[in-house]
Formats: sequence, structure tokens, C-alpha cells
Amino acid sequence: MRHIISILMENEAGALSRVAGLFSARGYNIESLTVAPTEDASLSRMTIVTTGTEAIIEQITKQLNKLIDVVKLADISEGGHIERELMLIKLRASSNTLREEIKRMADIFNGRILDVTEGTYTVELTGSGEKLDAFIGSLDHSTILETVRSGATGISRGERALQI
Amino acid sequence: MKLSGAEIIVQFLKDEGVEHVFGYPGGAVLHIYDAIFQQDAVRHILVRHEQGAVHAADGYARATGKPGVALVTSGPGATNAVTGIATAYMDSIPMVVLTGQVISPYIGSDAFQEVDAVGITRPCVKHNFLVKSLKDLQSTLKKAFYIATTGRPGPVVVDIPKDLTDPNIKIPYKYLETIEMRSYQPTVKGHPGQISKAVDLIRTAKRPMIYSGGGVVLGDASEQLIEFTRHLGSPVTNTLMGLGAYPATDPLFVGMLGMHGTYEANMAMHECDVLIAIGARFDDRVTGDVKKFCPGAKIIHLDIDPSSISKNVKVDIPIVGDIKHVLTDMIQQLKTGEPQPDEKALQKWWKQIEQWRGKNCLRYDRNSALIKPQFVIEKLWEVTGGDTFVTSDVGQHQMFAAQFFKFDKPRRWINSGGLGTMGFGLPAAMGVQIAHPSETVSCVTGEASIQMCIQELSTALQYMLPLKIINLNNRYMGMVRQWQEFFYDKRYSHSYMETLPDFVKLAESYGHVGMRIEKPEDVDGALREAMALKDRLVFMDFITDQTENVYPMIAAGKGHNEMHERELA
Repeated sequence: MRHIISILMENEAGALSRVAGLFSARGYNIESLTVAPTEDASLSRMTIVTTGTEAIIEQITKQLNKLIDVVKLADISEGGHIERELMLIKLRASSNTLREEIKRMADIFNGRILDVTEGTYTVELTGSGEKLDAFIGSLDHSTILETVRSGATGISRGERALQI
Repeated sequence: MKLSGAEIIVQFLKDEGVEHVFGYPGGAVLHIYDAIFQQDAVRHILVRHEQGAVHAADGYARATGKPGVALVTSGPGATNAVTGIATAYMDSIPMVVLTGQVISPYIGSDAFQEVDAVGITRPCVKHNFLVKSLKDLQSTLKKAFYIATTGRPGPVVVDIPKDLTDPNIKIPYKYLETIEMRSYQPTVKGHPGQISKAVDLIRTAKRPMIYSGGGVVLGDASEQLIEFTRHLGSPVTNTLMGLGAYPATDPLFVGMLGMHGTYEANMAMHECDVLIAIGARFDDRVTGDVKKFCPGAKIIHLDIDPSSISKNVKVDIPIVGDIKHVLTDMIQQLKTGEPQPDEKALQKWWKQIEQWRGKNCLRYDRNSALIKPQFVIEKLWEVTGGDTFVTSDVGQHQMFAAQFFKFDKPRRWINSGGLGTMGFGLPAAMGVQIAHPSETVSCVTGEASIQMCIQELSTALQYMLPLKIINLNNRYMGMVRQWQEFFYDKRYSHSYMETLPDFVKLAESYGHVGMRIEKPEDVDGALREAMALKDRLVFMDFITDQTENVYPMIAAGKGHNEMHERELA
């Protein structure tokens, strides 16, 4: 099962490597990992997407909680949640047909074209990982020059909030 | 009061109540050593290798419950300390290790004696710090001691760049009494609902079994364990790390469990209907094949570390909290409510256990013309009246000591259970003796293990530590040889040592007393003579039977009811 674990942690040097080290040392999977400071500069918020049996996910959350730098965490996939990922994708747009096709697909997927050159379009797209996959799937792969994805971030729906 | 970083470290240690620091100087810690030189509140014990410093601090911590402190230099000082740190980590020993680091501007430049100590030790510490500024030094040290000694204890490394200890840069210092950490608040009290559930389950038990581990020793909950066990009238087993938490001479004690545990302990585990695991972590050497583990039992698990719960074996009622608190609450509920333990069912259960006990699974050939290692341990217990600290190294001798020395008190049995570190015994014994100068400290070891930290014989002379070293010398790495005999068709690959030193001369050259004992009839006299030499380290080299094996044994991947027993003619 796929789980999204959100972590509030001390914004300390080395905190990221403690989490990464834990996953590699204990053989847990990481599908994606994102981290950035929050509105409180002393805290970072990390989102880890991982997979495993219920027993493994339980161990993952317990082991993460045990890290001294981890202040609080939640498995947001346990309840209603919103998941978003950002993708920037650079595409070959060397002919009118290609340019029109990209523009059309970007519109359908609510994407934005951020950069235009003579031969390329760079599209920004946000959504669930599935939506980003679907966008890539809808393109002619030979036109893709570069793809960068942020990995998933997420937040619980409703009143529930991960805060200290 | 204005102090330099080096002075802050020493003053803080003093204020924190640290009396002994085990260490070895080097470039990056010279300022700290200079500060140590100029005071006498904190006593520094100079070892001969950094691994020895950390093991000594570890032995000190195990014997006292106070945090052990080690001080080493950067680079090789730090890497030499790693084995000791990992040893303490696996057995949850409270310890603070101070490592020197190159000056801040040099960090990351591959400077002389630079190593990323925080990176290297990260997987084997409870936490670690690199101190970035002088103003953070004291609070970091305070956090280190707080983290090391609370919750599930463990080693904490503090890496200190040399420039932060500069004697010319001084800042105001006032001892920090306490520290708060929003990200670290260990649980103490057990959840009352879980405790009630556990108590209800225990009341239904017909065949209860208590399986208690190192957590009882670390949590100083031996008294509560005894009261709890006696109230239930239940059989109790201790893990290797838990020996002494329940008195071994008490009839309710069925011996150690696990790979080399007793037949009665393992069978009682297999047949029980309610298992109460207390401060134990279901290690693979204890459980054998987890699929065959306690097949008919409901399991209650008390532990301070939530991540220990349902890690290897799924349990029915977990209780997270400090063992002493949780047991106290449970005892109170058990004693007041109804029903009380089912006497009839217990009688039947004990009848079965006595039958298992009657197999005398620890029997060995007592008529041998060669010295049997078990016999030496039995004699050690007899000669000392059981009143000695026993440290050990790792291997057959460790198992013999665990099986044959009847530990009646906690903190008396000091060994590397989790990591299984050969070389632990001698330096650990030094730490114990430093903590308890007037007690007898015996180190049960083998000729392979003792050579891994033999240099510490020199430290023992410097500080006049009258250790009693019991070297069970079978000219083999005994446990390796045993596995090769059983599982590799007697192909004894590299488990034999043909070029052993003369240990008597070796001990003498280090300024100690050496003895060689070759006949069973001389064992008793030698031990008595050694114990009588109160102020000398005595190295007793017992030449033992080379073919002796540790029995009973559960082979890896087998269940508790599938033990190999010794066959005697």
C-alpha cells in the first residue's frame, strides 16, 4: 500500500540525512521525498511517499518518531487529504503543429506554458502523481526534452492540521 | 564566570556529576586535555586504544546506571570509538562520547585527522551533534546527557571542532539545570486502559510465562519484577541482557531462554498461554523462527520504546512506558482485584515445568580429565559466593558464564549482547572496577576475544585495577568452531590459533600476576589464590577441553521446542 507520511522536523543540518539513512538502513522504500522550511523557520516539513505492508508502515512511523529531530508526524493517507506534485516539462516545439498540440494538451490539463523559445515550450503542471503521469502519457515521447517533478506534497482535508 | 570552550566542557561534566572520563588525547582535543590537567574534580582514565575507552565507559554505565563518558580525538580517534559506540547502542547503554573535530574552517577540506564523525556514527547512536558555535556548547552537552539517559537510553556523540575549545576565547558560563526539547519527550506512565486490559488477560492465564530482558535492568525495575512474578507464581526467564534482574537462585526462575537457553525456559515459552514480555525486544537469538514462536499464547509487551513493539513478533497488548511505573501499576491492580491467580492451574503448569527441568539440560561430563569451561564458571560462582561483577567477551565462554553463573542481582552481568563485540570484556571490566573500587570484578573471556583489546592490561596496571581475568583457553574461536562442527562438516576454517602467546608471561610483562591451570583439580585452588590477591590483577589461563560445545542449542530458524541436547555416554 502507498502511504504519504508528513513530518514536522527541526530545521537542523543533518536532519534530512537521518531520515534518508533510516530508510536505507532498515530497507524501507522511498517513492519520493520533499522537504522545505515552514512559516516557522525553525521547522521543516517533509513529505515522504512510501509503500509497504501495514506492519512495515507502522514500523516506519515509529522509527521516524524515534528520531530526535522529528517533532511530529502523520500518515495523511489514512484520512481525506489533498496531494499535489509540481512538474516542469520541456518539450520540443519546433513546428506549428507541435506548438498547437502542446498548447491544447496544456489547456486540457490546466497547465501553464512558462517559457517559450524558437524550438521549445516549457510547461508547468500541478496535480496528483497520476495526473502528471497522464499528461506525460498523452505526449509524443520523442518530443520530451526534460522532465522534473517535485515529488508529492500533501495536506489533510478539513480541520485536521499537522502543527505543534 | 567566563570560561573557554575547553573549560566549559570540563566544568559542565563536573556540574553534571560526572566523576570519570575514559579517553585518549590527540591534536583536536589538546585544549580539552589542557583544561582537564588543571583541575581534579573530573578524573580522566587514560586507555591504550579508543575502543577501550568507550567499552570502559560502557561497563561503567552498565554497572552504575549512570552515563558513561568517553573523550577521543578526531579522525582515527573517532573511528576507533565506533565499535564501542555501536556496542552501547545495541544494548541501549546511556553514554556520551565527546569527539574532537578539526577547526571549523577546515571541516570538509579533508584536513589532517578529519573524518565526518557525525556521519559515521549516525546509524549507531541515539543522537549526535556537531557543535557549530561556542554559545551552543553547553546546551548541546546538556541535551546529549538528557537524551542519553532518558527514555530508552543510548549513546550520544558530540563532535566538537577544535576552535570552539580555544583557551583564549571565553564566554560567560552558568550551569544549565534542565533542558526542554519539543521534539523529544519520552513516555513514562503506561496507558491505564492498556494496563487494565493486560491485567484482565493475566487473570485468565492458566500457563503464564514471564520473559524479561535488559529493559528491567536499565529501568532499575528488578524489585518490581520480583514482586510481580512472586504474586503471579509464574515461571520467569531472563534474556542474556536481563540476567540478574530476577534472582537466578529463586525456584521460579527457569534460566535463560533462546538459542542457548535452558530446555525448561524454551519449552515453557512454547507451551504458555499468556506471555508477559517485559523490557525485552524479541531478538532473533531469543525467538528462533518467529512463525513457531509461542504458538498458543496471547502476548503482553511492556517496553519504553514504541518501535520495539510488534517489530519482530505481533503482540496482543502493548504497553509503552517506563517498566518500573508500569509494573508498579500492574502489581497494584493485580493485588487488589479478582480473581487472584488460579492455584490449581499453576500447580499443573509447574508440574510440567519441573518435568522439563528434570532433564537437567545443562549437564556435562564432570569426570573429564580435561578442564571443562562450565566447571570453571561453577567454581567461580562457588569461590566468590556469587558476589562478583562478571564481564565477558563474546563466544562460548559468554554462553557458559550466562548459563552457569547464578546472577542474583541486576547490573552484575556485563556483556555485549546485541552487537556481540569481541574485545569488550577487559575494558568493560576496567570501567566496572573504576566505578566500584572495592568490589570483585571478574572478566570471563577466551584466548581469541582477550587478544582484541589486550593492550588494556597496561591501563589496568596504571590505575591498579585488581581485575580477575578468567581466560577459558581452548585454542579455538570456540563458537566459530562449534558452528563449523555442526553446520560445515567439521571444516575448521581459520578458527584455530597455532601461535598463541604465553599468557602467563604476557600478564607478567604488563606487571600483573599470571597463572596457568591445566588440571580440573587445580581450578578451585587457583581461583581462591587469585581472589585472595586483593590488590593485583590476576590473569588465569585455564587450558580447557578443545572439543566442548555449548548445549542446549536451537539452530537458526528452528522453534523453541526443537532444541538439540547434549548426549552423554
